[in-house]
Amino acid sequence: MTDEPLLRVSALSKFYGSRVGCENVTFDLWPGEVLAVVGESGSGKTTLLNCLSTRLLPSSGTASYRMRDGQFRELYRMSEAERRFLMRTDWGFVHQNPADGLRMTVSAGANVGERLMAVGDRHYGKIRATAVDWLSRVEIDEDRIDDEPRAFSGGMRQRLQIARNLVTGPRLVFMDEPTGGLDVSVQARLLDLLRGLVTDLGLAAIVVTHDLAVARLLSQRMMVMKDGRVVESGLTDRVLDDPRAPYTQLLVSSILQV
Amino acid sequence: MATPLVVSDVAKSFTMHLRDGIRLPVVAGVSFSIQAGECAVLGGPSGAGKSSILKMLYGNYAVDEGQIIVQHDDGLIDLATASPRTVLAVRRQTIGYVSQFLRTVPRVSALDVVAEPLVERGEEREIAREKSRSLLAELNLPEKLWALPPATFSGGEQQRVNIARGFITEHPILLLDEPTASLDARNRDVVIALIAAKKAAGVALLGIFHDHDVREAVADRIIDVTAFAAGKIAA
Repeated sequence: MTDEPLLRVSALSKFYGSRVGCENVTFDLWPGEVLAVVGESGSGKTTLLNCLSTRLLPSSGTASYRMRDGQFRELYRMSEAERRFLMRTDWGFVHQNPADGLRMTVSAGANVGERLMAVGDRHYGKIRATAVDWLSRVEIDEDRIDDEPRAFSGGMRQRLQIARNLVTGPRLVFMDEPTGGLDVSVQARLLDLLRGLVTDLGLAAIVVTHDLAVARLLSQRMMVMKDGRVVESGLTDRVLDDPRAPYTQLLVSSILQV
Repeated sequence: MATPLVVSDVAKSFTMHLRDGIRLPVVAGVSFSIQAGECAVLGGPSGAGKSSILKMLYGNYAVDEGQIIVQHDDGLIDLATASPRTVLAVRRQTIGYVSQFLRTVPRVSALDVVAEPLVERGEEREIAREKSRSLLAELNLPEKLWALPPATFSGGEQQRVNIARGFITEHPILLLDEPTASLDARNRDVVIALIAAKKAAGVALLGIFHDHDVREAVADRIIDVTAFAAGKIAA
């Protein structure tokens, strides 16, 4: 186990004019660690995720990422091309709506294969074999490989999006409400799948969710956001079982018991 | 050999912000230590703060004051102030915990729920499963249940899965929160034997046992939690 974090975030802020997107967020993320960012809509969690994944540029603050060669690189000082390369190879981004992360009019196999080609794979047979392997890992039957995701259910689309993101062996995956909009039974299956993949592959992940049960199941650490600021952070079970900030207590006490 | 666990002057209260910030003191001045090979039992009535103490020792509850010094990885760590990452490492390597209730994960079999802590410590999955099988058999969990997720098991069955999960590893410190609460006499005896084996292996155990017979059988020493009642110590 390495003693250096994978991602170091310091005093990150994003303002939209005079409005606060997120303010003064600082944390480290280690390899293999899953960090949940929770809060209600408008709390700034998605803004934070978009800044971290360089889809948005922050107003101030820094984030540095440890590249595969062990060197830390300042994310917001990289060229656009470097960032895009990172995004395609070493990172994954799982969108809430699979249609945002998939190409809906090409086959499932091509959706997975495309990321492999982006990292230089050219052998058709090998790409297809890897695609089949990944589809089976996300529990999609091999005979659906030539179908377009348009013909898939919501849960299948989400699993395909996950396969597309993980096929290049990324070290860091961003997830924005990965189970949002799915039926509960489909959610459970997806969560279990994600949990298994994250453990087996030793991925680090930052998961944005408003669902505390999802946070408990997937993450070891948690940050609670309100009005753009982190109001509480710590071990996931500590934050949920012994919430200290008034807002976290409100969130935890608002969970419906089944 | 150094003492594996030393607790000094630990205090804990809850502040209920949703109820006008009312402060509920739980315990104060909690001080004790546990030796290797010893089983100490937290005694006192319900509500005295026994579970809260165990939860603080596991990093599950935050600590207001005091120190929890744990021997971890050839060094000493204060769990009361340790970073989340350190707490996770301590849980993986040093402190095991059998909670009162099993928190189930959808679709994971009982066999793998039990094997998981061992796999996290770097054991091979098949070896971990083998050990899981033998523990589940020892605890008389019917073999036809092993491949099923424990969500639908009875209370006693879930508890045995939970116990197996806590006992499968060789953590030098083991915390037990009423592990025998919903077990029949035969399985209670199995747990007593498991605890005796841990003691013989030099594990430091701290537990809560409401069952008088079990407490008699396993306890080397009772730590009276009412002595730590918050408010009692005026200083």
